[in-house]
Amino acid sequence: MEKKIMLGNEAFARGAFEAGVKVISSYPGTPSTEVTEAAAQYDQIHVEWAPNEKVGTEVAVGASIGGARALSCMKHVGLNVAADPFFTAAYTGVTGGLVLLVADDNGCHSSQNEQDSRYHGRGAGVPVLEPSNAQECKDFMKYAYDLSEKYDTPVLMRSNTRISHSRGIVTVEERQERELKPYEKNIQKYVAMPAMAKKLHVAQEKRLNQIEEDSKDFPINRMEINDKKIGIITSGICYQYVKEALPNASVLKMGIINPLPKALIKEFAEQVEEVYVIEEGNPFFEEQIRAMGIPAKGKGMFTIQGEYSANMIRKAFTGEAPECVPAQEDAPGRPPLLCAGCPHRGLFYILGKLKKTVMGDIGCYTLGALPPTSAMDACLCMGASITMAHGFEKAKGKEAARDTVAVLGDSTFFHSGITGLINMNYNQATGTVIILDNRITGMTGHQDNPSTGKNAKGQEAPAIDIAQLCRACGVEHIVEVDPFDLPAVEKAIKEETAREELSVIITKRPCALIVKQPDIPHVITDKCKNCKMCMDIGCPAIELENGKPVIAAERCVGCGLCKRVCPFDAIEEEVK
Amino acid sequence: MKDINILIVGVGGQGTLLASVLLGNIALEEGFDVKLAEVHGMAQRGGSVVTHVRISENEVRSPLIEEGGADVIVAFEELEAYRWISYLKKDGAIFVNTQQIKPMPVIMGTAEYPAEIVKFLNDNAEKVTCLDALGIATECGSIKAVNTVLLGAMAKELPFSKETWIRQIEKTVKPKFVELNKEAFEKGYQA
Repeated sequence: MEKKIMLGNEAFARGAFEAGVKVISSYPGTPSTEVTEAAAQYDQIHVEWAPNEKVGTEVAVGASIGGARALSCMKHVGLNVAADPFFTAAYTGVTGGLVLLVADDNGCHSSQNEQDSRYHGRGAGVPVLEPSNAQECKDFMKYAYDLSEKYDTPVLMRSNTRISHSRGIVTVEERQERELKPYEKNIQKYVAMPAMAKKLHVAQEKRLNQIEEDSKDFPINRMEINDKKIGIITSGICYQYVKEALPNASVLKMGIINPLPKALIKEFAEQVEEVYVIEEGNPFFEEQIRAMGIPAKGKGMFTIQGEYSANMIRKAFTGEAPECVPAQEDAPGRPPLLCAGCPHRGLFYILGKLKKTVMGDIGCYTLGALPPTSAMDACLCMGASITMAHGFEKAKGKEAARDTVAVLGDSTFFHSGITGLINMNYNQATGTVIILDNRITGMTGHQDNPSTGKNAKGQEAPAIDIAQLCRACGVEHIVEVDPFDLPAVEKAIKEETAREELSVIITKRPCALIVKQPDIPHVITDKCKNCKMCMDIGCPAIELENGKPVIAAERCVGCGLCKRVCPFDAIEEEVK
Repeated sequence: MKDINILIVGVGGQGTLLASVLLGNIALEEGFDVKLAEVHGMAQRGGSVVTHVRISENEVRSPLIEEGGADVIVAFEELEAYRWISYLKKDGAIFVNTQQIKPMPVIMGTAEYPAEIVKFLNDNAEKVTCLDALGIATECGSIKAVNTVLLGAMAKELPFSKETWIRQIEKTVKPKFVELNKEAFEKGYQA
């Protein structure tokens, strides 16, 4: 059997492939995105980008009813969007195996919160599995489909940044093709209306109890009895940290984390002197284990914040600190920036200059909130720019809308911005929405979306015209501008915000990472009067040297935005 | 073979990933266990990036190297060397590209770029190698070869033969860039 180095996410995709999965529908979200991208390489699987996680999950449910094994992947906050179908699919159960993969982001590497999705699994009443390395990502995925079909339930596969974005050696196997399960109309099972739902809820409780009872024999749980003084109950990445820090401790490694394998936990607790629970995030295991009457220690020793590490666990148990040069606290931070050549930079420069109140959204452009542009006032969740701007106007009156804009990207608009725009029109808002159309889903690493003309497999697909769509939502005033045409951007923002009617501005310029700029570095000539206007755009290629701005040739992509800002014509293309 | 922990640090867009891909493939070919951890997401956008590479004859547990745990640090930029120095083992080796990329807080004047980082490193670590990888890469014909120059410099510290490295470069790098990268590797190796 062949061994390969795989990203955790690639291993999940491989597991789905080997398990015979036929349909995958997901919305990109760090750290889950690469599962769907990697799966798109397999010809045997229909893989698609859905406009949001709710759509993706419903597509997977439909595929399961149709008898296929199906998957939908999302980041933790995406599961909130998908929670509606998820909680009821937990009642109806499945025909073909159904797995939802959710990747949490302990440490907020690329997210707006540290939500602990294990509670969603428990709340919905479905089995939740959690792997601890790339090999397990693949193996658990296959096991999840067997569980799903055996117990007639969706399964939640829980990952996080560290599992999804670590690489390890994985043994790959062949795909097992599966015949579609025959479709049989079953109103009692699949029509979730009150009379049926009451019965379905009973059935769901029963199967969850059955899973809990059977889970003591699941091969994905493992008891490792060593030194009996310390007994640690853990799962996922924390298992690896524990093995690194305390190689002699006894460990109960849980592969299923909802329902908890209580019989195993009891058996383990009886064998060791002290029980400790090590889990990142909230005391999800600890509270349940303590409720079983086991005096387990956990969050009294460890935090609910951020990621854990082997050093942290070692220190808690042995007091040992690593021998090293102290961390240099005075090292200035290096926050992420809009890339050199980024089309969003022009817009945020003008928004900062006009001092508008900016309701922001989720995407690369959230970086517009950072200095020097600092052109954002709020950012909450996907699509909320439009709805927050609407609420702001309704609270403060029409005058406030003259100084306020909503800013969101093309993909975010399709995700859940469009419903907000329909609401604005319906409820007679007078605000201005700016849609940044860079022809791609940028932040998550360039996935196609309904307006790019390509699908998840890179094939041609129908492209939706954003302006037409806005028109159909009842917006009469729609302006399209090039965000690098600064006078046009300024004019559009001034005119549209002044107008006491709903309007949409669409800034059109492709992401600098997909359509390459001329790549002729620019230089600042001796015409420079050191006014530092070019510094206000926050370009990573421009820095101060002896108090004067200079352009670092190796970082400049030649987009020329600085040249457009310079009032003294002091910036030129480099002459070779 | 003793376990090897290599931390690769730099700034988004500097090409820090190539080194970890090559190291991973070498470990796999030589029959070792290996884990690699990298930061994706927002850090792609010019932020501080770090890749952890752990190689062992036994099972590698945590994918992360921790403070005091790196046998080798490869820093693509001076401030990043300074930021991650606490991760170096007492007798570990650090390779630093003597390039400075000012982060936005420094450019904005709200923070200061630490002075004399190279001196600090020499005072605090036993094995420090500083090299102008950007200059060497430029000599080889592409500023993008900075990563391969640093890889060449680091290769001396690791128990894999030069031929093994060259073979991996030939397998991994696009054909038209192979010669350039081999030259860059060699120059780094000699530095």
